[in-house]
Amino acid sequence: MEDYSREDEGCPQLLDLIAKGGEWVGKSAVERSHGTSEEKKLELRLAPPGGEWSFEESYATISRERDGLFSLGPCPQNTVLKPPSPWQQQQQQHLQTSYLHPVRRESSQLCSNRAAAAAAAETKAFSVANTAVHNTAQKRTAPASVVGWPPIRSFRKNIASGSSSKQASDSPDGAPRKVSTVENCPRTPFVKINMDGIPIGRKVDLKSYNTYEKLSFAVDELFRGLLAVQKKLCSGGIKDEGDGVEKIGGLLDGSGEYTLVYEDHEGDRMLVGDVPWHMFVSTVKRLRVLKSSELSALSRGPKQGKISMNN
Amino acid sequence: MAYSFPEEVLEHVFSFLSSARDRNTVSLVCKSWYEIERWCRHRIFVGNCYAVSPEIVIRRFPELRAVEMKGKPHFADFNLVPEGWGAYAYPWIAAMAEAYPFLEEIKLKRMVVTDETLELISKSYKNFKVLVLTSCEGFTTDGLASIAANCRHLRELDLRESEVEDLSGNWLSDFPDSCTSLVSLNMSCLGSEVSFSALERLVARSPDLRTLRLNRAVPLEKLANLVRHAPQLVELGTGAYSAEIRSDTFSSLADAFSACKQLKALSGFWDVVPSYLPAVYSVCSGITSLNLSYAAIPSSDLVKLISQCQNLQRLWVLDYIEDSGLEALAASCKDLQELRVFPSDPFGAEPNVSLTEQGLVSVSEGCPKLESVLYFCRQMSNAALIAIAKNRPNFIRFRLCIIEPQAADYLTLEPLDTGFGAIVENCKELRRLSMSGLLTDRVFKYIGTHAKKLEMLSIAFAGESDFGLHHVLSGCDSLRKLEIRDCPFGDKALLANAEKLETMRSLWMSSCSVSFGACKLLAQKMPRLNVEVIDERGPPDSRPESCSVERVYVYRTVASRQRLDMPDFVWTLEEDSSMRYALYVLEALVLFQRWFACLLQFRWKLGTLPLKQEENWLELLKMSTIFTLAELSFTNKDAIFNVIFIRLWE
Repeated sequence: MEDYSREDEGCPQLLDLIAKGGEWVGKSAVERSHGTSEEKKLELRLAPPGGEWSFEESYATISRERDGLFSLGPCPQNTVLKPPSPWQQQQQQHLQTSYLHPVRRESSQLCSNRAAAAAAAETKAFSVANTAVHNTAQKRTAPASVVGWPPIRSFRKNIASGSSSKQASDSPDGAPRKVSTVENCPRTPFVKINMDGIPIGRKVDLKSYNTYEKLSFAVDELFRGLLAVQKKLCSGGIKDEGDGVEKIGGLLDGSGEYTLVYEDHEGDRMLVGDVPWHMFVSTVKRLRVLKSSELSALSRGPKQGKISMNN
Repeated sequence: MAYSFPEEVLEHVFSFLSSARDRNTVSLVCKSWYEIERWCRHRIFVGNCYAVSPEIVIRRFPELRAVEMKGKPHFADFNLVPEGWGAYAYPWIAAMAEAYPFLEEIKLKRMVVTDETLELISKSYKNFKVLVLTSCEGFTTDGLASIAANCRHLRELDLRESEVEDLSGNWLSDFPDSCTSLVSLNMSCLGSEVSFSALERLVARSPDLRTLRLNRAVPLEKLANLVRHAPQLVELGTGAYSAEIRSDTFSSLADAFSACKQLKALSGFWDVVPSYLPAVYSVCSGITSLNLSYAAIPSSDLVKLISQCQNLQRLWVLDYIEDSGLEALAASCKDLQELRVFPSDPFGAEPNVSLTEQGLVSVSEGCPKLESVLYFCRQMSNAALIAIAKNRPNFIRFRLCIIEPQAADYLTLEPLDTGFGAIVENCKELRRLSMSGLLTDRVFKYIGTHAKKLEMLSIAFAGESDFGLHHVLSGCDSLRKLEIRDCPFGDKALLANAEKLETMRSLWMSSCSVSFGACKLLAQKMPRLNVEVIDERGPPDSRPESCSVERVYVYRTVASRQRLDMPDFVWTLEEDSSMRYALYVLEALVLFQRWFACLLQFRWKLGTLPLKQEENWLELLKMSTIFTLAELSFTNKDAIFNVIFIRLWE
């Protein structure tokens, strides 16, 4: 049956219609808008690989232009805009006149808005389009800031950071969660924090902070009172602090009386503040507030070591 | 031919066909074979739960005993599918509860299963035997308790990698004492402690137990007791593999293991203390599958363990194994078929271990049967990929993840096109490919040209233009699943290859440049495709049509395209059923034209066409033009009907 339909050239319209079942609608639709002469130029075809010629034709022009733009970091927006603009406009009109079948919300107002906005929006279209690809092309982002990359299931992320097993999931019929942008903090966030000279430690929830400054402030708040009490006890009440208590400052920059250090998952003691916050949260196991004077004494001793926490 | 064999004979013949594909083919031979086959089909696999509706399945296959189904697309594993998207198991279970009271097996993957669903399963099917929930979510241990309590003949309960809300470990005690049929129990994904005595009693009274995968909360000291109760185990997943180093614990463990003569697979090994690893040495020679992907074991200890496993076929391990460990693996495990190397610190900016492309090259050189690889690393070169491809042309699955997106060949700074090109060119049987690193359109040209057996392709941060996507869609003949994220692919390639999409199970594109207009157009043109626009920014028609959508998920379906459980961030084309009817009528008329026109042509060629019929020919031409014009004005269905009726009865 196919053989016969292809041979006859006499009635192109009918034969084209019956040649490929899926094609007929698209072709004739555009026909109506733009006349048969432009048929051949159209790239908007639903034909299977037979339609490749249209790509080859414009490939030549595009590849020439593309080579000029080619760099190690592909700029997707530019290349996608390259297809000749008549096609763009054809598509726009094509869409407006034939397919007034809006999705979900049907309103004529939307249609007219679209018609007006379409032309204006065309130039802005690809800048409005997601910039995720563009961004990653331009700069080397750390993997942690891209959703779902590297492609590891949440199970493995938990295990890899050495935490306890998987957190319980939300209730089954809970409201849809927004997909979080940073997913490398799956561990239980409560870590122990001890301070030199204070026998009782505290626990802090690292998830409730997102900067080192906030952590430092929280440490200050946690231990300020305890420190004052301790000092009082030690000095036997000679120095009467009254109600005012000293702020514990300079934890991060080494300028204060105390310095904040932490123990990571490998057991090494590290100074707080070197790595980005999210990385810190994923590697920290416990925190410690040391006297700054002790710090310099330690640095002369064994380097990264499994220093006993009980000084 | 159908009447030369009685039905029973054909049924018997069909009973030897286990593959679903074979059975599908058989059912297409003729109507009677279709009928016979559908009455004797007992197992069904639904690759996409939205491709078909429960009613259709039940209507066609009245005698099912085992159902296997998949829900969310693969990229849901990496949080790319927003919560609440769908894939609910309940409607299926509820429908099947009525239709298949003798259902025995349910296997679900990436679906949302609630406690109500589990309870319904446990109460509806009297003979229920097998429940496998892979990467499912939405249920709690209460649901498990109802399964344990009510399924008298339960054989398999496998919760691999599902997200279970752990309310308590007591559910295990709900297995009645009369339950002795357990063959497989996998609870490795659970967090909380289960009652150990209940577990021990359960294991002790299950003589057929072949697979036992414990969760992390089962301490090492208790492992020996369990293993001793079940020396017939074939697959064992330990709990936490750490304890204070004590010789009695060690010897007890080693003794217990040495009694397991049939042990073939080991997994678990959370929190490993390497000194306890030698306890399993006695079973190593029989081990074919080793999953150490949760075990932080230094390379030297890994090598000691692996070199004992001469018959190893499958190894999953963390990158602590390093290049040196992989070299040792290549030297000792010549039967290795599958290797997966996972990253221990995927989010660190700097490498924490010495694992490079060299490890994979060594394994590809040394293991002649290697056919499946999943490899995470931080650097790759075209030279390495070409070497790997030359060493191992028998790859079936090749998944490479270079942790840094768009990382170039670290030696030459070129894209990795030639490397992956070599893979697809040399590995003619390649069925699954995942790519990463810096890739231009060229790699897609290679894929389209060579990867003729490729069934699943995963692409991220790759390509430069629509030609990339076009090469893949037009060239890969066997493509079934295509998933793309963050690539500059837009409307052109998608629309030009719209028909290809109907031959595939699904296409996922997120953070690409597909416009809403194109999605609508695709949905309108291809009525058997469901084009889901998944966008959390609000209704897509509140933005210009040329604006890209966040995600689009296209899949073929014979069910309604407006699924009832769509959340508010998913949009599909609204359907007017009377419009559909009009379309069907038009399609039928076009077919009629075709037949008639061909008939006329045939007559013309034979020179017997009278003038009168030539007039008919022109009339037909006129008719066809008018039909096509009429089809366009979708909004005016009256016009369509008028035209049809007028033309037809004039």
